[in-house]
Amino acid sequence: MAGEKAAGEKKPSKKKPAEKKPAEQKASQKEAGEKKKKIKKHHASRNPVLARGIGRYSRSAMYARKALYKRKYTAPETKIEKKKKEKPRATITKPVGGDKNGGSRVVKIRKMPRYYPTEDVPRKLLSHGKKPFCQHKRRLRASITPGTVLILLTGRHRGKRVVFLKQLATGLLLVTGPLVVNRVPLRRAHQKFVIATSTKVDISGVKIPKHLTDAYFKKKRLRKPKHQEGEIFDTEKEKYEITEQRKSDQKAVDSQILARIKKVPQLRGYLRSTFCLSNGVYPHKLVF
Amino acid sequence: VFKRFVEIGRVAFISFGPHAGKLVAIVDVIDQNRALVDGPCSGVRRQAMPFKCMQLTDFVLKFPHSARQKCVRLAWEKENINEKWAATRWAKKIEAREKKAKMTDFDRYKVMKAKKMRNRIIKHEMKKLQRMSSKKGKKPEKSEKPEKPEKAPKSEKAQKAQKAQK
Repeated sequence: MAGEKAAGEKKPSKKKPAEKKPAEQKASQKEAGEKKKKIKKHHASRNPVLARGIGRYSRSAMYARKALYKRKYTAPETKIEKKKKEKPRATITKPVGGDKNGGSRVVKIRKMPRYYPTEDVPRKLLSHGKKPFCQHKRRLRASITPGTVLILLTGRHRGKRVVFLKQLATGLLLVTGPLVVNRVPLRRAHQKFVIATSTKVDISGVKIPKHLTDAYFKKKRLRKPKHQEGEIFDTEKEKYEITEQRKSDQKAVDSQILARIKKVPQLRGYLRSTFCLSNGVYPHKLVF
Repeated sequence: VFKRFVEIGRVAFISFGPHAGKLVAIVDVIDQNRALVDGPCSGVRRQAMPFKCMQLTDFVLKFPHSARQKCVRLAWEKENINEKWAATRWAKKIEAREKKAKMTDFDRYKVMKAKKMRNRIIKHEMKKLQRMSSKKGKKPEKSEKPEKPEKAPKSEKAQKAQKAQK
């Protein structure tokens, strides 16, 4: 089997170089382009090793052996030529008023700094791998998959059992009651403050609108001090008002999920109930 | 006073150690503390085992002392110990304990609902009987009724418990 395969591979490969010459003219630019793009197999080192770190041939000998005299590349020139034409202006001529001043002055656009501090700003030490929050790696526990029933542990909805939808870009979990079941709306929850149960609802076909991102859920705060300190505390958002968009999004998502919940017996009642500990119940011994 | 004795052929249940939870037959007694033990149908190799980790069951097999594993296996399968063991209350209690420990949060909820429903039915019937007896004096029918409503909710609860365990 292996022998036949190898023989089979050899034949088409042999045909290709023979076909290349007549075919090159015929071949579309695609194939030629592809062949050029495909890096040809790299040759093994042409410099045999005598001892570790010492090669047989010198730098100049290697230049000749690698045929670098043939392989001189220059960057595409067109862009450089374009850029050369488009040098940014260094000076500008501005009109100047007054009788005997001459009409204009030539003014530099980028001027020298007018102030140098006595001590230079200390150079920051090189750091490695310190990324900003937006580039952090987001992790998700293996026990949390779309459709898992989670138990919220903190916040105003603590103890409530809730359906997990997806993980958002910041790593927070998008979660919904559904609202009619336990009054938990589409909301974000933190992975660490949640218990994942082993109960899963099948959410395979559910479509979650794409505009539900972190920015959608972020708390909004108005702060424009109008220099009247007595009134500032009133104008900031005291009462949170549910926008129409939130209501419509809630309906759109919940209607799909409720259908799946109704299929599982007793699941709706389960989601309505809250989690609590009582005597003799130890969380480390419970299987969730 | 003592009903179960250590004898050749006594089937014992291993309570702790690497073979915890398995059944073995005592093949021979080595000394005060140890026995030669074999469990061909329960995955225990023939070995010495201290008496302390064995708990005697009601089953006794018939084979001569130091019989080889094949004989033990024949005797075991003839008496059908595995099935008899599964039918004992002891084994059922162990199984129930295991299932309870494996219950998930959803299962606990379902069991809670089943218990609640059953208790309600029982209370309802009791209240009925109490009312009847207080109104019309003691009646002979009282003894019959409490049995029936208890059995009905028990079977419902058993079904729910089975569903939960699955």
